[in-house]
Amino acid sequence: MASSAAVPFWRAAGMTYITYSNICANLVRNCLKEPFKAEALSREKVHFSISKWADGKPEKPILRSDTPGV
Amino acid sequence: MLRQASRLISRSVTAASSKSVTARAFSTELPSTIDSTFVESWKKVAPNMDPPRTPSSFMKPRPSTASSIPTKLTVNFVLPYASELSGKEVDMVIIPATTGQMGVLPGHVPTIAELKPGIMSVHEGTDIKKYFVSSGFAFLHANSVADIIAVEAVPLENIDASQVQKGLVEFTQKLASASTDLEKAEAQIGVEVHSAMNAALSG
Repeated sequence: MASSAAVPFWRAAGMTYITYSNICANLVRNCLKEPFKAEALSREKVHFSISKWADGKPEKPILRSDTPGV
Repeated sequence: MLRQASRLISRSVTAASSKSVTARAFSTELPSTIDSTFVESWKKVAPNMDPPRTPSSFMKPRPSTASSIPTKLTVNFVLPYASELSGKEVDMVIIPATTGQMGVLPGHVPTIAELKPGIMSVHEGTDIKKYFVSSGFAFLHANSVADIIAVEAVPLENIDASQVQKGLVEFTQKLASASTDLEKAEAQIGVEVHSAMNAALSG
């Protein structure tokens, strides 16, 4: 089996396509003019809660309201 | 009894499929060739069970390719949060593929193209609409339908040139000072995206 063709630089650095694509999208959003920029950033806001499990029981959850690009 | 089934399937499918796969390479119909030798061997081994269905029997037939090249290209341009163009009939689209700007006309060879940050333009008569696309994919089908998906696509007027310049300078600096592979990759992505936006605004 021949080794695959030259991989893109981000794949060689261990990044997946989704990460690459999301970084590109965030960079474009950050360069928008004002009303569009605010809309785009509010649209892409993510709220999630993570809880680690130990001994079959969830520990206290961490709530995160990340702004994009973080 | 079922342990034999998988051996049976693989044995007779490989024997028959080497012929049938090449025969139906460009077929637009569903393979109605339910492999009869397999069905017979199955009935001998498991007469009370229906032969298993194969994935291809669940598939809808491919939309047929028109015999003459259509005059218009149908474009579906979608973003995760909106459908920019849906079934729009246009004359041509130029997409920023990783292999270069690709012009797509009706009757284009079926292609899957990965897009790089760049300008996508939709040509309808004398009307040209341009979008800056952050990245995505374009699927060009044999029946002159183009499905273009992007994560972010903005009209060029919405991009702020001064922020693009600032970003370009910032990422060029980051690229020079980056240490780990990952940092270098991220800085490189920043440089590429901002240069593409720059070129789009000035070109």
